[in-house]
Amino acid sequence: MSTATGSQEAVSESIIDDVDRRLIVATQKGMPLDPRPYNIIADEIGITALEVRQRLERMQDAGVIRRIGAVPNHYRLGYRANGMTVWNVPDEKIHELGQKVGALEFVSHCYQRPRHLPEWPYNLFAMVHAREHDEAMELVGKIAELLGDDNLGSEVLFSTRILKKSGLRLINKDQ
Amino acid sequence: MQFDSLDRNIINTLQKGFPLTEYPYRDAAESLGTTESELISRLQSMLDEGVLTRFGPMFQIERFGGAFTLAAMKVPPDQFDSVAEQVNQFSEVAHNYQRDHDFNMWFVIATEDIGEIEAVIEKIEVLTGIKVYNMPKLEEYFVNLQFAV
Repeated sequence: MSTATGSQEAVSESIIDDVDRRLIVATQKGMPLDPRPYNIIADEIGITALEVRQRLERMQDAGVIRRIGAVPNHYRLGYRANGMTVWNVPDEKIHELGQKVGALEFVSHCYQRPRHLPEWPYNLFAMVHAREHDEAMELVGKIAELLGDDNLGSEVLFSTRILKKSGLRLINKDQ
Repeated sequence: MQFDSLDRNIINTLQKGFPLTEYPYRDAAESLGTTESELISRLQSMLDEGVLTRFGPMFQIERFGGAFTLAAMKVPPDQFDSVAEQVNQFSEVAHNYQRDHDFNMWFVIATEDIGEIEAVIEKIEVLTGIKVYNMPKLEEYFVNLQFAV
């Protein structure tokens, strides 16, 4: 379980240096599909392969890298019913309820987000993924059951089309 | 694309991590019961087919000072495609999904500095003439981005 972190907190002290930034630029498009991928990255940015591996390990430990691995397109894996469930729950109980909802094994992301009253009263977001619509609605029912009387209103927004899905291209100003 | 048991095994296992060793594909292949070259060619075809969107490190941008937000718009249906095109032009817009709701366009804005988020939102509002609702995460309770096949 991830610990609760405020994303809008500025991280002032830099936990990465310029070499890390070059490493991020070199790997954000993906890992080379070569028997020795870290050597290829090393040649690209002018450090040793050992240093590439050590820096990746350090960034993983620091949480800058969540993990290294495969990122599937869940639609292509058959998860076609992808519902963003949104809930209006009492603010004073949101942390307790968020932890509970987030702990459900079928919830992939769970966040507190601001309301925009009156059009948008929802403050708790939980993503559920299922192969079929009915199956997704069953999962939504389980969340509703868990929230009980603290559920002051909810909706499910199913995605109908991916309009854009690019890898994050953040650190490339110098490229 | 039809998956065989090796494909499934690769997807399920390599969502969890990848070795930081000199020959990581060989080491991963060994625990998957296949060969280095077979693993590399399977990954290549899953990337080509779009089954995998990426293979590599997943960065948590806010840990190095960058910022994310989720933003939503209520786009009139007859303008939807042209507004999608306008919004997608922004390199800061990383993902954009259509959803079946009055709030029908949902996208992630990612920038290096928190201050740039507001600037991007303003530019999108000026360009499209439509209000952008900023919904940054205030707390994260869980992220478990793994899909079993």
